[in-house]
Amino acid sequence: MTLNATPALTVAGLSYAYGKKKALDRVSFAVAPGECTILLGPNGAGKTTLFSLITRLYDSREGRILIAGHDVRKEFSRALAQLGVVFQQTTLDLDLTVLQNLHYHASLHGLSRRRADARIREELERQGMFERRKEKVRQLNGGHRRRVEIARALLHEPRLLLLDEPTVGLDVPSRKAIVDYVHRLCSDSGIAVLWATHLIDEIYENDRLVVLHKGAVRADGSIPEVLKTTGAETVGDAFHRLTREAA
Amino acid sequence: MRLMHYLRALRGIMARELLRFVHQRERFVSALVRPLVWLFIFAAGFRSTLGVAIIPPYETYILYEVYITPGLLGMILLFNGMQSSLSMVYDREMGSMKTLLVCPLPRWYLLIDKLLAGVLVAVLQAYTFLLIAWFYDIQAPLEGYLSVLPALVLSGLMLGALGLLLSSFVKQLENFAGVMNFVIFPMFFLSTALYPLWKIQESSELLYTLASYNPFSQAVELIRFALYGQFNLYACIYTSVALIVFLIIAIIGYNPSRGMMQRKGGPAA
Repeated sequence: MTLNATPALTVAGLSYAYGKKKALDRVSFAVAPGECTILLGPNGAGKTTLFSLITRLYDSREGRILIAGHDVRKEFSRALAQLGVVFQQTTLDLDLTVLQNLHYHASLHGLSRRRADARIREELERQGMFERRKEKVRQLNGGHRRRVEIARALLHEPRLLLLDEPTVGLDVPSRKAIVDYVHRLCSDSGIAVLWATHLIDEIYENDRLVVLHKGAVRADGSIPEVLKTTGAETVGDAFHRLTREAA
Repeated sequence: MRLMHYLRALRGIMARELLRFVHQRERFVSALVRPLVWLFIFAAGFRSTLGVAIIPPYETYILYEVYITPGLLGMILLFNGMQSSLSMVYDREMGSMKTLLVCPLPRWYLLIDKLLAGVLVAVLQAYTFLLIAWFYDIQAPLEGYLSVLPALVLSGLMLGALGLLLSSFVKQLENFAGVMNFVIFPMFFLSTALYPLWKIQESSELLYTLASYNPFSQAVELIRFALYGQFNLYACIYTSVALIVFLIIAIIGYNPSRGMMQRKGGPAA
């Protein structure tokens, strides 16, 4: 098997409960390299719980998670090295500059100073943020902070990028810029993306869809496949049917 | 290669803590003002009422200010430990803790790095306090300023580990004030920081027992002896054991399969 044939992410039979309340129920799906997978689900569907399990903030004994073929529980170090994350809440240090934030992340991933400098420049330039590298994050607007967070998540060149509702609270142009940028990343660099959202307009026609509702996968496939199985004409309609029927 | 990764992460975590510290000048000032108020005002006021007999490591009668200086160093470390713990809870609520926890290094190692970074800041504060005290004529032997360093580091680690432990069990920021009151004040007042054990024993046997088992007392004694170039073996062992116990519980608390991240009832998914 070649490296590229290995899914960037495999989730198999994953369940998780908060006490007696089941948050995820035998969730299974895979994300291939270069693929942008939209994890679509209403609020409370279990998206953030799923992300917390993939990032090993939580741990579940039921089911498996593999990142680039590495089991998150058994080989967490290799698995997490292949993972870049943009969390729902901003996780930048507001009192530090863009550069200081990025250097901190680079050091956590073991990048040498020279390598970190080069990667930071590369990622910031790609997003038109290099000129603002010496500014404190507090001075940046929400859209620019998100760009810095995406740059940060990519510094160590992961194979899988997770984004947990990254456009929440952003204005329309900033949202569009980020959605465009991440989709371009998939096609240009071959990175796999798992993007959690409840916003239908963030989906592009070549994206793959995983619809999560009440902790279970209700649909998994390309847009035409999902439309076909649901008998819907639009993604919005399909989403509505999937989340209504199962409710 | 792997070792380099570990070292780079340690450097990064320490650099971040120092940067945050430099950016928050008011934190530095308030961390210093607290012990200085005790030194300049409280100790001066109590100088005549609290006579201190000759007890090791002192070889002569000493001023009360001299007696409480190691206790105030302990206070700096104690508040710093709690402050880092508070910032851990804050980081967790604000989400920046996640950045740390999803990096590909063992969680115990990241927690120890955090601890070391906090101690670095605390020790810098402690030396600044000693410098000010020097100008106030509270002077230890010169070699004491060097020999006190390992004592400050060990005590800082122990108190930082206690803070870490608390942060792993405290659910929300707003609950923290209560914990601080229940931890900092009893720990500080029931210790040898402000009065020697025999003085406490004169008033109450129970308080004496509690104070002598208080790990903060042992940390203060370790610092006190080290500041005068002496080694207090019992205090060192006691502080080290407390450090290990606190650290192990904290690491268990932060373990993804058993720890607090899971018990919190989860996020608003």
